[in-house]
Formats: sequence, C-alpha cells, structure tokens
Amino acid sequence: MRGWANWISQVGAMTRMGLSTVMERKGSSVATMFGIAGVVLVFVAVLSIGEGFRRTMVVSGDPGVAMVMRAGSDTEMMSIFGGRSVHWIADAPGIARSDQGPLVSAQLFVIINLPKRSSGTDANVPLRGVDARAFGVSDAVRIVAGRRFQPGRGEVIVGVGAARAFAGLDLGATLHVGRHQWKIVGFFEANGGLPESEIWTDAVVLQGAYERGNSYQSVLARLQSPEAFGRFREVLEADPRLNVKVVRQTDYFIEQSRTVYRVVTGLGVTIAALMAVGAVFGALNTMYTAVSARTREIATFRALGFGGGAVMVSVLAESLCLALIGGGVGGGLGYVIFDGFQAATMNWQSFSQVAFQLDVTPGLLFGGVAGALMIGLIGGVFPAVRAASLPVAMALRA
Amino acid sequence: MSAVLGTSGERALVCVRGVDKVFRRGDEVLRILHGLDLEVGRGEFLALMGPSGSGKSTLLNLIGGLDRPTRGEIMIGGERIDRLADRKLAEWRGRHVGLVFQFYNLLPVLSAQRNVELPLLLTPLARARRRRQAAIALSMVGLSHRVNHYPRQLSGGEQQRVGIARAIVTDPTLLLCDEPTGDLDRKSGDEILGLLQALNRDHGKTIIMVTHDPHASARATRVVHLDKGQLSAEATA
Repeated sequence: MRGWANWISQVGAMTRMGLSTVMERKGSSVATMFGIAGVVLVFVAVLSIGEGFRRTMVVSGDPGVAMVMRAGSDTEMMSIFGGRSVHWIADAPGIARSDQGPLVSAQLFVIINLPKRSSGTDANVPLRGVDARAFGVSDAVRIVAGRRFQPGRGEVIVGVGAARAFAGLDLGATLHVGRHQWKIVGFFEANGGLPESEIWTDAVVLQGAYERGNSYQSVLARLQSPEAFGRFREVLEADPRLNVKVVRQTDYFIEQSRTVYRVVTGLGVTIAALMAVGAVFGALNTMYTAVSARTREIATFRALGFGGGAVMVSVLAESLCLALIGGGVGGGLGYVIFDGFQAATMNWQSFSQVAFQLDVTPGLLFGGVAGALMIGLIGGVFPAVRAASLPVAMALRA
Repeated sequence: MSAVLGTSGERALVCVRGVDKVFRRGDEVLRILHGLDLEVGRGEFLALMGPSGSGKSTLLNLIGGLDRPTRGEIMIGGERIDRLADRKLAEWRGRHVGLVFQFYNLLPVLSAQRNVELPLLLTPLARARRRRQAAIALSMVGLSHRVNHYPRQLSGGEQQRVGIARAIVTDPTLLLCDEPTGDLDRKSGDEILGLLQALNRDHGKTIIMVTHDPHASARATRVVHLDKGQLSAEATA
C-alpha cells in the first residue's frame, strides 16, 4: 500500500514540476488548449442541434395517445382516409371519453410557404386542420395569447415556435396563402413539442380551402391508459372495414427524429474528428516541446532513481491536464453560447420546418470532455515514451 | 588492459574490471574507456582527474549505474550492476548512490526542503519522517535556516549544499560527485570540499569525485588520473 503511495508521490512531484513550468511554454500550451477547446466547442454545438431536435420530437409524443394512419404510410403526409373511417375508429375500445364523446381527433395536414424571420427565404410550415376535440386529445396544447379559432371560420392559431421563426405570424395579423386569408387569433404552446412549429385551424375549413372533400390524414385517439394501446391497435388493424396502421404517438415522433438526428450526429462527429486530428498534432508538438525543455529535470529524476513509469505518467498527466482545461473551456463556452439557442430545421419526414431549442445535455458535455481527454492521451503518449526512454547520462548534460 | 589501481580487493566497495565504453555517432566510433580496471575501498575519498574528454564523467556514470559499459564488469558492494535490468538499476541507484552534479540540478519549483526530500519518495518512509530526515540532511550541510527557500533565492554554494543534502539524505553507500566545485568561486568551492571531506572523515562516506582542479583533488585521500580512456597514474594524499 505504501509502495503505491510512494509511487503516486513520485508521479505527483514530477507532474507538479511539469505543470509549474507550463507558463514557460505558454505559447504552445495555450494553442493546444484552444485547439482542444475548439474541437469540443464544435462537437457540442453540432450535436446540440441533434439533441435539441430529438428532445423536441420526444416531448411531442404522449404514450397515452395513439395515432392512426393508412396502412403502409410512414408519415401523415402519405396517409389518407375518408370521414366514415373516423367514426369507425372512434368506436374502438380503450378510447377515453369527455362530455363531447370519445377523445378522437381527425386531422388534416398541408404545407404552406412562409418567409423565415432570420433569412427572408421561404420555408415549409405545417398548417394542420383539427377539430375542437384536438385540445382534449393533445392536452399539452394551451393558448398563451389570444383565443382558440372558431369552427367554420378562416381563423388560425399559431405555435410559439412558428411565430418566432416565421415572418408575418403576429397576433391579429392576416395570413395570405394562395387565394385564402387566415386571421391569426391566438398563440399556443405545447411543452416545447412539435405542435409549437405548426399553425392550427378548423379541419373542415381546411378541407374546403384545399378541396380535400371529407378526407383526413390521421386520427389521434387519447386512450383510457397507455396499457389500452395493445387492444386498441389489435381491434383496428383487424377491422375489415379499415386498412390502417396504429402506432403509439411517442414511437411515431421518435421515428420521425431518427433521420435528422443521425445526419446531424454523423456530421458533428465527423467534423469534430477531423478537427481532433489537428488538435492531436498540436498536443504532440506541445508535449514534445515540454519534454525537450525539461530534459535535464527528467534526467535528474531518473538519476535519483525515479522509474520510467513515473516519468511517463507525469508527462501524460500534464497532457491530460491541458486537455481537461481545453475541454472544460470548450464545453463551457458551448453551453453558454448554444444551450437554449432557437433554431429551425427541416423535418425530412414531413418536409416541414421544425422549430426547436439547441440542447447541450450533460451527456454531450461529458462526451466532449472525454474526447478532449482522448486527444490529450494520444498527444501525450509518444512524448511520454520518449521522456521515459531518455538516456540518463546523456540527458543530464542537456 | 591497464593495471588494477586500488585498495586491497577484499575491502573494495567498487570494482571495475576490464571496462570498455564505446559511443557511436553516425559512422564514427568513439572509444572512451579501454579495458579499465579500478577498485575503490569503503570509506575512501577518491579524486578522479584528467583532461577534458578523458572519460572521467563516463566512468563516474558507469559506477553510478547511469550508463552501461560496452564490455566488462562493474561490481558495487558485491553486486554486478551492469547486469541489472533498467528498473532494478533505477531502484539500486535510489538505494545506494548519492549524486552531486556540477550545476546542482535542483528543481526550481521546489523549496530546498522539498528538493532534498525527493529521493525519499522512493522509500517507504511516511511524509513526516521524510520531512524530518530532509531537515537533518539540510542541517548537516549548514542550511537549517534556508529550508523553505527556492533555488533561485540561494547562492551557488548554497545550492550545491542543497545538492549534497539531497545526495546524502538516503544515507547512500556511495557518493558520486561530478565536478562539484566546477561552477563555484574559490571560497564557495572550498566550503563544499570541506563538507565532502567531513562527510568522508566523520561519517565514513565513500566518495568518488571527478575534478580537473588539483586544488580540489588535494582534499581527497587518493587521486587517480585518467587519460585517453585509461588510468595512468595514482597518488595517495
């Protein structure tokens, strides 16, 4: 036990010597720390896009809500069924009820173009037709300004994310889309979920405006409990009058986020990895310089009887300290700059914009710092080996 | 092979037999020591003299286990150190050898006390005991009042005293000094030599000192000369 304690004391003494001379090599040391900080910053920044997008999609789902689409459809965009089917669906077992009857909401979904506030360029925005029961099914939705739209009138309510991202979406303003005009009568929130990126109106009005007849694209049903989902799906998918598939809303949104999350994560990791290669060379250069500048001190330790292992560990410890500081700075800056930053990107499943907040999670920060330490380790290991294998007698004369 | 120079073999602490040391620099082969034999008895204070490039420091490094001979044997206290693996050799150095360098080789970021304590980190001593032992070593070299000073706050002579305290703190078998007064003025050099003499005389330390200064070698109990890699002459003080 005491042997280990002494070995740690040896490493401590040598590491202290190394760290106390960092400022004598501040040029290369600071460059290395900034290089590593840059890698972590980019890593955290890009991956926070994916995390934020995924979080928005995940919080959009409710395990107690089932989503019914036409069989073979992966998204609402590809789904369609007539109004009679909605009645058959509403008769299925396990659906929660309110004063207005079963909590089932048939929905229609069209894409409109609106200019972004940030760039002025047009982007796709979902315009969703719902009925009054939609507010009972999607109970996270609540009006935060103005009021709900009136059924049968050309009125819309706008999600707060869409209002932030797109020009012209102001309370009381009139939205001109093609030949149609929509009056904005309210803003709503949905716990930061996907509906906040949408504009909602009366489904029947939307059917008329877009000549969709009595057709819908999806039906949302609030279940009596999440456990009622299995029976609900079983009955509907077996009903010979219907040709539908039933998914839990949470699963639908997780699946919807998968493509964007993978693309963004892959991009972030690739960019960070390329930058990390450069940072490794920076760390190598710094640590070779450090070993070179301390050749005589290292040789003195060796001459006194310190082992090569302790020398190696002390050089690695110095490299890891620089990397840890760089990683901490990069992660800290990433958190301060990007966490909560408002952004919007294309949801490739619905071909519409999703407004979301960048999310710098503890996992991302941990991953960034772990990556920084890896850079420090790789950048330190070769100089550490060189330090440990210096010919003592020759190095004493350096 | 040169003649064996030294004391009677039975009492010898250091036995160097038939040692060659060759360095290669590119295609060039530098033969620094040729079939060198030397014995140093316990309690001796040996001065190793010779011109620059004669191989004095190389021989000292071989005896101290800082380098390995190309050929030949080096026995210290009956142990063949030229056969020890690197790790064992480092451990052996830590236990048996005290080194005093021309340029002190103190660590500038550590106080005198901590510099002296360094070799004790290789021992199983607890921290309090290490501190006590370092304090004793510093008092032996007359630096009790400078324990918390850093090297930059000490004169050259004082730094070398710290270097000597560091060399003796583990109570080594052998003290090896490479030009210990080479970077000092005459007065400070005399004080250092007096200190080494006292360590030899009063504490029985075996000392091998490399020097090219006759004034320094006069303090030794025996002087050997090295020239072109071979011991050439010897004198007893």
